[in-house]
Amino acid sequence: MSFDQFLQYISSGITSGSIYALTALGFTLIYNSTDIINFAQGEFVMLGGLVAISMHEWGAPLPLAFLVAVALVGIVGVIFEQLAIRPLLSAGVLAQIIVTIGASLAIRTVAMLIWGRESLPLPPFSGDSPIVILGASILPQTLWVLGLTLVIVVALQLFYRRTLTGKAVRACSVNPTAARLMGISYSRVVLLSFGLSAAISAAGGVMITPVSFMSYSAGALIGLKGFAACILGGLGNPVGAVAGGLILGILEALTVGFLPFSGSSGYKDGVAFLILLVILFARPQGLFGRRTVEKV
Amino acid sequence: MRNRYVALLVLALASLLVLAVTGCGGGTTTTTAAAEGPTTTASGDTGTTTAPASTESTAVAPTGDPIVIGAVLSATGPGSPLGEPERATLKMMETELNNAGGVLGRPVKIVIEDDQTNPKEAVTAVTKLLQQDKAIAVLGSSTSPSTLAIKPITEQAGIPLIALAAANKITEPPIDWTWRAPPRDALAVQKALEYISGVMKLKKIGLLHDENAYGASGAAEIEKRIGDFGLEVVAKESYKTEDTDLTAQLTKIKAANPEVIVVWGTNPGPAVAAKNMKQLGMTQPYVGSHGIANKKFIDLAGAAAEGVIFPAGRLLVPSSFTDPAQKSVVDTFVAAYKEATGQMPPTFAGHAFGGLTLLVNAITKAGSTDAAAVQKALNETRGVATPDGIYNYTTTDHDGLTVDDLTVVKIQNGTWVLAE
Repeated sequence: MSFDQFLQYISSGITSGSIYALTALGFTLIYNSTDIINFAQGEFVMLGGLVAISMHEWGAPLPLAFLVAVALVGIVGVIFEQLAIRPLLSAGVLAQIIVTIGASLAIRTVAMLIWGRESLPLPPFSGDSPIVILGASILPQTLWVLGLTLVIVVALQLFYRRTLTGKAVRACSVNPTAARLMGISYSRVVLLSFGLSAAISAAGGVMITPVSFMSYSAGALIGLKGFAACILGGLGNPVGAVAGGLILGILEALTVGFLPFSGSSGYKDGVAFLILLVILFARPQGLFGRRTVEKV
Repeated sequence: MRNRYVALLVLALASLLVLAVTGCGGGTTTTTAAAEGPTTTASGDTGTTTAPASTESTAVAPTGDPIVIGAVLSATGPGSPLGEPERATLKMMETELNNAGGVLGRPVKIVIEDDQTNPKEAVTAVTKLLQQDKAIAVLGSSTSPSTLAIKPITEQAGIPLIALAAANKITEPPIDWTWRAPPRDALAVQKALEYISGVMKLKKIGLLHDENAYGASGAAEIEKRIGDFGLEVVAKESYKTEDTDLTAQLTKIKAANPEVIVVWGTNPGPAVAAKNMKQLGMTQPYVGSHGIANKKFIDLAGAAAEGVIFPAGRLLVPSSFTDPAQKSVVDTFVAAYKEATGQMPPTFAGHAFGGLTLLVNAITKAGSTDAAAVQKALNETRGVATPDGIYNYTTTDHDGLTVDDLTVVKIQNGTWVLAE
């Protein structure tokens, strides 16, 4: 394999990986404040893409379509929390996790009824002509996705560490009961987390649509990969989630490149998940996770 | 303690999801079918009223017991882009037939059942058609898995089945009671390979295919027939229907220096491949499958669709009909379909038209609805023209079409032109 081929595989991996990363980030936000694994996360990605497509069809310029999609799906996240999670607040985390699976099927079906079953396109943010970097050709859209992912991660870190609301969210994730005793409204923090998480996933959905199109059923696989990325990076760590996503994408692409026989792409998911398992055997807390000690 | 318990359960749930997503060969089908089952309402497909009211026609109004023909179509679910135009076609033809005096002087009643693109529902539907409606023949289903599910039932009951799906396996024995209207997948493979070796004069193929049933069986057929045309597959890679980026696969294919890229799959994969090829600066010609014989591919791939070549039925480019008898049949059908629905008939409407035409033709020739008589008449079908081709069934050939019934189409300025 030549060097520029190697770089091309890395670039391919980053393209797929960045969408896993943003989905993983969504998982992390909700997990951090509620301990819930939201299996409807992939559906937010799908909704983001489809809403932007509709907005664009109705004549909205791309930046506006992007913002509307992010805002609208953020609201969907809030409604989702109110309808599906809130009634089960006292039933425990498990019941809430299970209800997210049901909700994901419901969201997918509604999306199918609204947008139909076929994939829909969206034009790229800034042109189609690839940029050649060291012999690997990269679409401008991939740079957009990477750049916006970076912006979102930095903004999130600032939010969590510098703002009062962000600190309240972190307090709830450490100890909900104590946070409540300090006068923090736990239910509002949960609501905020769902809205924010849905909006971030939607942003990812809008950005990836020009590369890969979007259809009502695309959320399932993205959600699954995003979850895997989350575990790989260490559940609950935003930086780990992003790194996990990129690593998973690059692993998949390199599997195609490194297996020396024709047809190796059929094994790309299998090999990527095998490596995931091996890493988790060695580091059960994930690559960037901290080992927590629990007293019994 | 609690956290560990939760983590375990989450893991179990995750593995369940993995199974749901990757466990099904059809990619999207299984997971989505489960989601759609209870929510999509069957759009009133059952029970068509017999309305032979032919006031304006000069034909003698049909009398007597209606001839009941059953149809199992995927009117809802992922297969609905196929099943819906088929349903519209059968409804339209039922009225037409009855206005023209029915079949054997009797009214025709077509009972359409929706299988929701689910083989299990297809089995229920065909059982109902045979036992409750006493259908004398069955058309369907729209998709291959459903068709393969109902075939054993009609074979065992000794009732003619005209399949409307393309998987090669449908017309593999036993086929005592099974015939097929659309061209089978293998015919499209043959057409594509013939074109690559005969017209393009190229030899080295880089093959990229979907891992679902359509793409995998197409790729297997290509590898089986490759020697017959003196071609060679220098690289073969695959992808999942929902994969977001295929540059990794294409980079590997590119390294093997193929002269032509063959992509076998259904939307959106082939459109992603077309865009990724442009991104990687691959200038080899792109030969697709009949799975991209739709406007959707052009919408998705945009400028990258230009120059893409693929085998397709002649209905896609109506000017490609050369046989005068077939041309007149197609013109009448296209006009009637446009009047009934306001749209150009898609390929699938042509399959339903062909299936019913072949069946009615056989019943008329047999002069009876007796199963054995219809079976014999179907096997003696000669030169019956439909949009899919000109049929000659025999006792061993229940496909009836040849590779010449297909054509090769090229995308130019966002529309289809003949490549031949």
